[in-house]
Amino acid sequence: MNPLTGYLLLSALLFSIGLAGALTRRNAILVLIGIELMLNAANLNFIAFWRYGPNPAALTGVMFTIFSISVAAAEAAVGLGIILAVYRHAKTTDLDQMNSMKG
Amino acid sequence: MTVSFLILAALTIAGTAAAMSLRNLIHCVLTLTLGFVGLAMLYLQLGAQFVGFTQILVYVGAVAILAVFAIMMTQSVGPHVQPALSSFWVPGSVVASAVFAVLAWAICSGATSVRTPPQHDVSVNQIGDALMHKFALPLEIMGLLLTAALIGAVILAMPEKKGEQ
Repeated sequence: MNPLTGYLLLSALLFSIGLAGALTRRNAILVLIGIELMLNAANLNFIAFWRYGPNPAALTGVMFTIFSISVAAAEAAVGLGIILAVYRHAKTTDLDQMNSMKG
Repeated sequence: MTVSFLILAALTIAGTAAAMSLRNLIHCVLTLTLGFVGLAMLYLQLGAQFVGFTQILVYVGAVAILAVFAIMMTQSVGPHVQPALSSFWVPGSVVASAVFAVLAWAICSGATSVRTPPQHDVSVNQIGDALMHKFALPLEIMGLLLTAALIGAVILAMPEKKGEQ
């Protein structure tokens, strides 16, 4: 098994853990954290392919990861703002109880 | 496949899996921080120093603290009577396992011969140079996006006025 395969498998496992968390957890904040984990798995893929790719001097993978981290930070801030706004209305972060869109 | 990679991979997987399975939300965020630190170490091992330290700064420093504040402001901590998993958990975990199986099959049957190029050290100088020349437009757009996200998050979290839906 070459090193790239190890990193790709780790990234796939990380993505699946994030997906399982996002699909199965009851709390909205943990669903958001699961989405962050999936973004991190993609970042690990970018860095691994940059490191073992044919042209590491181009810095493309590093740049893409830096921009991806920035977008993920913005997404986390807006997502938590939305969760706070929903909590003010519904008085809960339980996704099973958030079953109406108005009120 | 070195020993350090295996240790860091085990740390990352253990941290993130605990974050997605523990019941107490504060414990979830603490173990998630451990997973993010493991990921940052993996970036350092791959030779991307700047990305590794950015990961620590942004995820361990900002996102985890933001999540802790959101948990405290929504009073999700405490003895839970309701289960941690939603009513959707059986199909959710089946889908996640299927996704991992497909990805692992594709990876194992895909790239077999990858040469290992010598470690290519990237200095922050080179990254700044690339950001100012080749990636100048994405950098500007990113600044615009971050400003919009900042204003949007503040507006979303502001208390609503009475008589306003």
